[in-house]
Amino acid sequence: MAGRPLAAVVSAGLSRFGRREGLYWRELFVEAAIEAFERCPNLDPKRDVKAVFVGHMGESYEHQGHTAPTVADWLGLTPVQGFRLESACASSGAALRCAVMAIASNLVDVVLVGGVEKMTHRSTPEVTEFLAMASDFPFEQWNGLTFPGLYALMATAHMHKYGTTEEQLAMVAVKNHRNATMNPKAQFQRAITVEEVLKSRVIAWPLKLLDCSPITDGASCAILVKPELAKRFTDTPVYVIASAGATDKIGVYEREDMTTLLSARAASQEAYKMAGIEPKDVDVAEVHDCFTIAEIMLYEDLGFCPKGYGGKFIEEGQTEIGGKIPVNTSGGLKAKGHPVGATGVAQLYEVYLQLTNQAGPRQVAGAEIGMTHNMGGSGASAFVHIYRRGD
Amino acid sequence: MSEQAPPTIESFYKFVAEGKLMGVKCKRCGHLTVPPRPMCDKCMSKEVEWVQLKGEGEIVSFTVISVPPAQFASLAPYAVAVVKLDEGPKIPGIVKGATQPSQLKIGMRVRVVFEKAPSQQTWPQWSRYYFEPL
Repeated sequence: MAGRPLAAVVSAGLSRFGRREGLYWRELFVEAAIEAFERCPNLDPKRDVKAVFVGHMGESYEHQGHTAPTVADWLGLTPVQGFRLESACASSGAALRCAVMAIASNLVDVVLVGGVEKMTHRSTPEVTEFLAMASDFPFEQWNGLTFPGLYALMATAHMHKYGTTEEQLAMVAVKNHRNATMNPKAQFQRAITVEEVLKSRVIAWPLKLLDCSPITDGASCAILVKPELAKRFTDTPVYVIASAGATDKIGVYEREDMTTLLSARAASQEAYKMAGIEPKDVDVAEVHDCFTIAEIMLYEDLGFCPKGYGGKFIEEGQTEIGGKIPVNTSGGLKAKGHPVGATGVAQLYEVYLQLTNQAGPRQVAGAEIGMTHNMGGSGASAFVHIYRRGD
Repeated sequence: MSEQAPPTIESFYKFVAEGKLMGVKCKRCGHLTVPPRPMCDKCMSKEVEWVQLKGEGEIVSFTVISVPPAQFASLAPYAVAVVKLDEGPKIPGIVKGATQPSQLKIGMRVRVVFEKAPSQQTWPQWSRYYFEPL
């Protein structure tokens, strides 16, 4: 059996994603945490939770930093110790990685991990500016590059080098929207067509509006415990059997190959080794589809298909539910929504549902091994986790 | 600006104000980078020196931005390319006059042009470089 457990996920919660008017992020976090607490009646949060790790990218949205104590306070957990992790859109992937390290270190035995972002109350130019802070300022932002612009640079290069087409990019959005019709918490529970994607407004050529993940409000939460304690809390734990992180050069322009996400490649190779599995053993994966081109590059860089084959891989339907390796059954960032700080643990939430057979109409039959890949900015950071269904 | 200027981003843009595109070369391993770095990211040497670059190269990727950040709103749509300079380093820059993807091609030759910062500009008080087709 693959993979020594590093930590056990005994519960998880997710707020509804979308436009959540009139709520502050701390209130969204409470919504996610209440679900995690209610799913786990054997957990007494005040007594059991020994540390809080929260991913949160930006204090600009609400003029509110100092995230960890705010979360601990609103969850009634004061004076528990807390940590806020920032790694752009991989903030809660970073929080998850730290939570696993904390448990594996034996210094704490029960940890609450999560992430949050409240974005939709700010104007699109403001959000664009806040997000852009995660890219290189003196060369990228200074030359008018936005996040869609940076991924567009990767897309142009990928299309040129491998013949990837705009239609293939569109197919990623179509698949993820279709999956989101089966996810009651998704921001867009609406199917779309390739035509609609191709005809949507150009944001940064060759990327159109429907190639881009949306601006979203949301929060995610999970309870991690030492593997030996799992059965005290639940009969159906999910084990984290690999946890890895990696970085890439902050400037996309300086990377040797703009068609490769080095951080995904490095983190996943380490994770596969740690878990003792190969890419073909993964039954279900949530990957960071902030833009359609990202998902295509990730098929390649996470080893699901050979380099350059990503466009064909989506076209062949290999990543559909029922395909060789279902990717983003939740709807992904594209259709479930992308409250940036919440995304990493929101991916864990989906894999938790899948590996405990609770994913409803989007359930991948017999899923035993799951994977999450959470990426920061233009790929300058990445966190990969691999999970195994508990026995 | 002299060649004794510290190997910093601030110095790079001061050179840009003088119409010079400068890179930094590691004296130990010869690695050449734009932007400048106080320490070579290949061999970790702190012995680096400024080198002037010719300012010509070819487009390795590009995009045309239709939804810009607020401060670039008046320019949109505008093209940004990553250019591999003939000396090796790659840098991004706006391609003057290009507003359609059909105007650009990977492999197209371009050269750098400079524009002095307006005197009233708030931080950062940097001049700009752009590209134009050769």
